[in-house]
Amino acid sequence: MIYREAGQFRTTYAADQRIFPILQDRVGMVLLLAAAFVVVPLTASEYALSALLIPMLVLALAALGLNILTGYAGQFSLGTAAFMSVGAFAAYNLQLRLPWIPLLVIFVLAGLIAAGVGMVFGLPSLRIKGFYLAVATLAAQFFVDWLFTKVGWFSNYSSSGVITAQPMAIAGVPIETPVRRYLLVLSIVALMALVVKNFSRTRTGRSWMAVRDMDVAAEVIGIPILRTKLLAFGFSSFYCGVAGALWAFAYLGTVEPQAFDLQRSFQILFMVIIGGLGTVMGAFLGAAFITLFPLFLNWLFHAVLRGGEVRAGLLSQLELLCFGALIIVFLIVEPHGFARLWQITKEKLRLWPFPH
Amino acid sequence: MAFFIEVLVGGLLAGVMYSLIALGFVLIFKASGVFNFAQGAMVLAAATTYAGLVDMGWSGWLAFLAALAVMIVFALLTERLVLRPLVNQPQISLFMATIGLTFVLEGASQAVWGSVVRGLDLGIPDTPLEVSGVLISKFDLVASGTAGALVVLLASFFQWTRTGRALRAVADDHQAALSVGIPLERIWALVWAAAGAVALVTGLLWGSRLGVQFALTQVALKALPVIILGGFTSIAGAIVGGLMVGASEKVAEVYLGPIIGGGIENWFPYVLALLFLLVRPDGLFGEKRIERV
Amino acid sequence: MRTTKRWWWSGAVSALVLVWAAPARAEGEQFMPVPSYRVGPYAAGGTSLYGGFIDYMNLINMRDGGINGVKLTWEECETEYKPDRGVECYERLKAKGPTGASMFHPYSTGISYALISKVGHDKIPLVTIAHGRTDAADGRYFPYVFPLITHYWSLNTDIIRYIGEREGGMAKLKGKKIVHLHHGSAYGKEPNVVFQKQAEKYGYEAKIIEVPAPGSEQQAQWLEIRQFKPDWVIVTGWGVMNPAALKNAVRVGFPMDHIVGNFWTGSEEDVEPVGTAAKGYISAALNPPGKESKVIQEIERVVYGAGKGNMVDKKRVGSIYYNRGVLTGIVSVEAIRVAQGKFGKKPLTGEQIRWGLENLNLDPARIAAIGATGFIQPLKVTCADHEGGGAVKFQQWDGTKWKIISDWVQADKELVRPLIEESAAKYAKENNITQRDCAKEST
Repeated sequence: MIYREAGQFRTTYAADQRIFPILQDRVGMVLLLAAAFVVVPLTASEYALSALLIPMLVLALAALGLNILTGYAGQFSLGTAAFMSVGAFAAYNLQLRLPWIPLLVIFVLAGLIAAGVGMVFGLPSLRIKGFYLAVATLAAQFFVDWLFTKVGWFSNYSSSGVITAQPMAIAGVPIETPVRRYLLVLSIVALMALVVKNFSRTRTGRSWMAVRDMDVAAEVIGIPILRTKLLAFGFSSFYCGVAGALWAFAYLGTVEPQAFDLQRSFQILFMVIIGGLGTVMGAFLGAAFITLFPLFLNWLFHAVLRGGEVRAGLLSQLELLCFGALIIVFLIVEPHGFARLWQITKEKLRLWPFPH
Repeated sequence: MAFFIEVLVGGLLAGVMYSLIALGFVLIFKASGVFNFAQGAMVLAAATTYAGLVDMGWSGWLAFLAALAVMIVFALLTERLVLRPLVNQPQISLFMATIGLTFVLEGASQAVWGSVVRGLDLGIPDTPLEVSGVLISKFDLVASGTAGALVVLLASFFQWTRTGRALRAVADDHQAALSVGIPLERIWALVWAAAGAVALVTGLLWGSRLGVQFALTQVALKALPVIILGGFTSIAGAIVGGLMVGASEKVAEVYLGPIIGGGIENWFPYVLALLFLLVRPDGLFGEKRIERV
Repeated sequence: MRTTKRWWWSGAVSALVLVWAAPARAEGEQFMPVPSYRVGPYAAGGTSLYGGFIDYMNLINMRDGGINGVKLTWEECETEYKPDRGVECYERLKAKGPTGASMFHPYSTGISYALISKVGHDKIPLVTIAHGRTDAADGRYFPYVFPLITHYWSLNTDIIRYIGEREGGMAKLKGKKIVHLHHGSAYGKEPNVVFQKQAEKYGYEAKIIEVPAPGSEQQAQWLEIRQFKPDWVIVTGWGVMNPAALKNAVRVGFPMDHIVGNFWTGSEEDVEPVGTAAKGYISAALNPPGKESKVIQEIERVVYGAGKGNMVDKKRVGSIYYNRGVLTGIVSVEAIRVAQGKFGKKPLTGEQIRWGLENLNLDPARIAAIGATGFIQPLKVTCADHEGGGAVKFQQWDGTKWKIISDWVQADKELVRPLIEESAAKYAKENNITQRDCAKEST
C-alpha cells in the first residue's frame, strides 16, 4: 500500500535515469541516512560504535571494492586484503613523511597507490581466467605481506614492524572519540557507495558488465578488454585501499601486515557473495551479516549458555562450526544473497496488504 | 655443487608433499568442477581423528580404518547436504560453500578431539641418510614412495576400472554423462571419498612432521600454486607442478633469498606459476578451454 | 523455508537489542576480562594459558573468598588471536562489572599493539607479560602498558648470556657464530636489534634467518644453517614453526643441545610432536613446568578437588602454558592487592589498579607466602620501569618432559634500557605524547 509506484510518471529522460526512480526509495534513503548520521551517534553505545559499526562500515567499503571487480566486471580476486594493506601502509607513510597533506587527501592518495598496485596485479587477468586468476591474485597477498615485513622503510624502521597509526585530525579538529570516528567513516563510505551506484550506469560500468557476461563477445563488439579489466582492478583496489587506510586509522589504530591476511580476503568475498553479487545494497548487508554474526554467536554461546558447566573451549569451537554451517545453509537457501531477499520483499510490499 | 644438489633434492622431496595435497584438490575439481577449499581442513580432520584414536589406545591400523570411515561418511554427507542442493549454482557459490565447510570441519574436529597438539609417530625415522655428501631424509623417501604409489593407484583406477571410466566421462561433460546413465551423485560421493582418503594419507605424513595440530589446515595454501601451475584438472600436473614448485622455491630461498632478503618462499611459487600461466593460461596439463561467442 | 527466514530475522533483531542494552552486574566484585583464544591455530597454547589464569582466580575466590573479601568475576571472549576480534572483545568487556575491566591480558602481539592507544584513553592497564610492545617498558611514555616480568629484548640478552655461560664466559663468544632463526612476523623480528647490538659488544658473528609465516616449511632455512655451520641457533618461533624447526634440525643433523628457543618456543606442545628426537633441546622458561610449586598443588587440591577446574584435559595442568597462566593470575591478583592497600578493600577502577601495578613489589618473602618460590622471580615495578624482572630460567627437554637446568639468568639491562628509552622517545615524538615526570608521581 505504501510502497507503490502507481501514479509516478517519468516525463523526462533525466527523471527516468535517476538513481532512485521511485519516490518511496528516495524517502527511505533519506530516512536511512538521517538515522545513520543523526540517530545512531546520539543513541548508540561506545561499544556499538567503535567495535561494531566502524568495522562493519569499513569492511562494507572493501566489499564494495571487491564487488566492482567480481560483481560488475566478473573477475575473481583473492587479493583484497593485500590491496587494503597497501592502502594502510601508504596512508601511514604519507602522513609520516608529508604531514602537511590534509587527512582526506591522504586517504585519496592511499587509495590511488593501492589502485596502481591493483592494476599491476590485475595484468594477468588478460590471459588468465576463473579460479586460475583467483589463485594467481594470491601472489599479491603473499608478496605484499613479505614486502611490508621485510623492507624497514615502510614501517619507518620500527623494530617489530607493527606501527601505531597517527592520530587523525581534519582541519585542526581531532578525530578521537568513537562518534567522530564513526561519522568520518560513515561519510566516506556513503559518498563512495553513491559513486559506485552511479558509476555502474556509465559507459565504463556497462562495459564491465559486458566483459563479465562474456569477454570474448564484449571484445567482438568493440569494448577494449585491456582497459576495461585494468580499470576494474584499479577502481576496485582504490576502494580496498581506502578501506585499508580506514581499518588501520579509524578502527585498529595500528598498521601491520598481519591484520590483512588471507582470511580477510575470504571474509570480504563472503560479504560480496552472501550480500549479493553486483549490488551496492548487498555489500552492506553482507558486511553486516559477516561481521556481526560471529559476535552474535559468541555472545549467544558465552552469555546465554554461560560457560563454566560446559567446556569453555567447546563453545568457541561450536561457534566456528555453526558459522560455517549457516553459511552453507544460506548459500543453499538464497544463492543470490541478501540483495535478492530485499528484492523479493520489495515485490511483496508492492502488493501488500492486498496480495491478490 | 653438492650443496646445490642437496637443496634441489630436498626441494623435490618437499614438492612431493605439496603434490599430495594438490592431488586432493585435483580429484574433486576434475569430477565436479568444485574448487574444494576444504581440502586442508579435511587433512586436519582426518589426521586428528587418527591421532586422537591412537591416543585413546587404538592400534594404528584400526585407527587408520576408522579415520578412513569417518572421511567416507563425511564425503557422503557433503554430497547429500551440500553439493546436491547446490547443483547448477555458479562455481563461486560452490567455492564459498567449501570455505563454509572448512569452518565446519575445523570447528568439529577441535570440538571432538580438543585443541591439543598431538605427536604422531609412524615409526619412520627422520634421520638423514648420506649419499655421496648429500643428506637425504629417510622420511622424505618414504613419503615420496607413498605419494608415488597413491598416484599410480589413482591413475590406474581412472584408466582401467568401469567406475574410473565413468568418472572421466563425468569430468568431460556432466550432461552427456548423465544422459548415458552415469549416476552423477554416486560418482561425486566416490570422488569426495577418494579425496578424503588422500587427505588422510597427507595428514599422516604432514602430521608426523609438524605434529597433528590446527596448522595442518594451512598446508593447503602450499598446494594452490601447484594446482595452477599443473592445471586444475590434471593428476600428472599435480605431481609435476609439485616437484617444480618444491624445487624452485627451495633453490630460490637459498640462492635468491640472501640477495633480496629471505623469507621469499611464500610468494615465489605464485610468481613462478604466473609466469607459466602467461604462456599457458590453463596450467601445464590443464584442459584447454575453447571459447565461442 | 519460510521458518528459516523468520529465524534469521529474530536472530538479527535480538543481536541488535543486546548490543544496545547496557550490561548489569552485581556490586562488590572485581571484574577481569578474559580475552582467550580456544579455537584456531594457537588454540593449544591459549586453552592452557587462559585455563591456568582462570583456575588461579578461582583459587583466590574459593580458598580466600576473593582478594581481601572482594570476589573476582570474569567473562571470556574469543579473540582467535586476531587483532580485530581482540579489539571487539576489549570494547565489549571494558565497561563490565561495577568498576569496569581491571586489566587486559591479550597474549597476542597484534591485539596488544592495537590496544596501546586505546587503553590510555580508557584508563585500563594493558598487561603484556612476555609479549607485546617492548619499548612500552618505559612507563614514562606508556603509563598504561605493562610488559611485566620480561620482554623480547631482555630475553635475547638472557639467551646470549646463557650461551656465554655455556661457552665458559662472555669473552669466549668472540668469533663464535650464532644464528637467529625467527618467525616472519612483528613478533619474530623484534629481537633482531638487540641480537645485533650484542654481536657488536661480544664479537660473535650474527646471522639472521627468517622463516615465512606460519613456518611449516623450513627446509631451505636449515640447509642455510648447515652451510653457515653456526655454534648456536636461537629460535624465536610460535605455533607450528617450533616443531617444524626441531624436525628440520634433526634432518640436517644439527645438535639439539645447541639450539636455544625463547619462552614461546619451549612448551610441551612444541616438542611433543618431535618426541625423543628433540632430546637435549634447550629453551628459555618464564616459569618452570611441573606441579612442584605449592601454588599449583593448591589449585589441584582446592579447585580441581571441588570439580571446578577449567582444564578439560587435566594432563595439561602443570604444563608450561598452564603455569604461565597461573603466573599471570598471581601478578594480576598481587597488583590488585597492592592497589587495595592504598584505595581500600573494594572493587577498584583500572586507574587505581595501574597504581597497584606500578608499585608492585614481589619480594622473596611475599613470593614464599603465595607458595611460588622458584616459580616466579622477584619483581619490582616502578613508574619508569614497567618491566620489573627481566630474568628467565633455562630448561632442557629430556625426551618426555622439561627439566630446569639453570637458575634465573638476569638480563643485560645496561644494554637494553637505553634502547628502550630511545625507541619510546621516538614513538612519543611520532604520536605527540609528552613524558610523565615520575619524580612528581605520588607513591
